[in-house]
Amino acid sequence: MRLSAAVLPWCAIATALTLGVGLYLALFVAPPDYQQGEAVRIMFIHVPAAWMAMFVYGNLALASAVALIWRHPLADLAGQAAAPLGAGFTLLCLVTGSLWGQPMWGTWWVWDARLTSVLVLFFLYLGYIALVNAFDEPTRGARAGAILALVGVVNIPIIKFSVDWWNTLHQPASIMRMGGPTIDASMLWPLFLMAIGFTLYFLTVLLIRIRTAIIARKLQVLRMAELEPDEDFAGARSAS
Amino acid sequence: MSQGVTHFLEMGGYARFVWPAFGLAGVLLVGMLVQSLRAYRQRQGELERLQQDGRGRRR
Repeated sequence: MRLSAAVLPWCAIATALTLGVGLYLALFVAPPDYQQGEAVRIMFIHVPAAWMAMFVYGNLALASAVALIWRHPLADLAGQAAAPLGAGFTLLCLVTGSLWGQPMWGTWWVWDARLTSVLVLFFLYLGYIALVNAFDEPTRGARAGAILALVGVVNIPIIKFSVDWWNTLHQPASIMRMGGPTIDASMLWPLFLMAIGFTLYFLTVLLIRIRTAIIARKLQVLRMAELEPDEDFAGARSAS
Repeated sequence: MSQGVTHFLEMGGYARFVWPAFGLAGVLLVGMLVQSLRAYRQRQGELERLQQDGRGRRR
């Protein structure tokens, strides 16, 4: 708690700075694409959102594994704090992809492998959130959610390699590929800054959410402790 | 000046795709931050109240 309190303000400042500079470069400095024109600027939101969608799922799966294997109580809280953020990034990726697809491909949506596997990722996030909250006993919900998150990991390589394994309308990787990125530095830098900004944003909000979850746990314990004497009193009264 | 702004906002004819994308990003990121901060403050407030009550009762 103390460490997160010290890190949090710096994370927030770094997020604002990187996203500010990243947005400036993305909107004003990066050149329009020679084929796509100004529509290419959607990339500066879409691609970082897609990376975050997968990165957050990786975190969720890792937290779930730690929770299942070592039963570390913080791991469950971290996973549950991350999942709604991951769902948000995945939704952003899907909608911005659709907004980019319409002018470039002439369609809002196709059921190709990349798009479909990302939609499955979105449903995995929603399923995890629903499952965690579906049980009266929070530990059972957390366990069921962690198992779902781990099973869903199979989808991550499918998303990554879908553009190589199948014929998709979606273009193949142009940045994280063997032989280095194929896009120009004038577009690569704003893209990286936006990606770092998104990552810092995630860390900042994740820390806030984990702190909230820890306080919620404390509240639960305090309320139980408060209830106990009353229960004893009620028990004593009924016994007499 | 205003011509430059209009030209920028037009986004080469792709304004109706580019701006909603950036707009949704803003709404989602700010929305998730505000919701998380609100939940944090609410819980923190509850905790402080409960701890104060506890202290009051012990006295």
